[in-house]
Amino acid sequence: MNLKRRVFLRGAAALAALAVIPRTLLAWPEKAFSAKSTADVMQAMFGGADATASSEITLNAPDIAENGRVVPISVSTTLANVENVSIIVENNPAPLVASFDLGPGAVPNVSTRIKMGKTSNVIAVVKSGGNLYSAQKEVKVTIGGCGG
Amino acid sequence: MASNIKIKAQLKGDTAEVKTLMKHEMETGTRKDSKTGETVPAHYITEVKCLLNGKEVMTANWGPAISKNPYLAFEIAGAKAGDVVTISWVDNKGETDSAETTLG
Repeated sequence: MNLKRRVFLRGAAALAALAVIPRTLLAWPEKAFSAKSTADVMQAMFGGADATASSEITLNAPDIAENGRVVPISVSTTLANVENVSIIVENNPAPLVASFDLGPGAVPNVSTRIKMGKTSNVIAVVKSGGNLYSAQKEVKVTIGGCGG
Repeated sequence: MASNIKIKAQLKGDTAEVKTLMKHEMETGTRKDSKTGETVPAHYITEVKCLLNGKEVMTANWGPAISKNPYLAFEIAGAKAGDVVTISWVDNKGETDSAETTLG
């Protein structure tokens, strides 16, 4: 039995576990996702800083969503140095829907499909150069997408 | 296991337009099973990583309010033909999936 190899393997496994687990746990902002109000989300996500309404953010969402289970949302901005794009649905049980961390090379233009429980304002928050900017739009929901 | 992520990437100049579809239930944890009346436990993707040639370009942190079988579109600047785009996700039960495509 090669003891050194065993020791090495155990060490490598421990290292790998260390490298993987805390990363996913730390990276995912659990507090922000479990927050129940937009203000709590802003507090947990951005330390409570206020977002300035900006016309440089384009938030594309339907005026009326017939099916709240699938609401197409896209956010793009001409702001420079964008670090984060977050999507908040005010009237959802947990308002924070998604938060995109953009690294160098990522163009601030993301699209996805979200669930909406009922008619609500959809807010896009963009963090650019350490400042917060936002845009919002009301989406009317005919059939809700949460629970049922 | 074969990957359940579909990636379509297209080069426009030096920008790569990437569209992905992931197969996932995205259970919110609030829905009740219509037959048993029991709440279906939450099961959703929490993190999606997008890499270009192994370098992280974007990380999407998601809550359960992303639609079932999530769709995600984004763009990467400074990409060229032959570059590899990798998408991988982790869900709240620790399951993972990943897929990659080469820009043409």
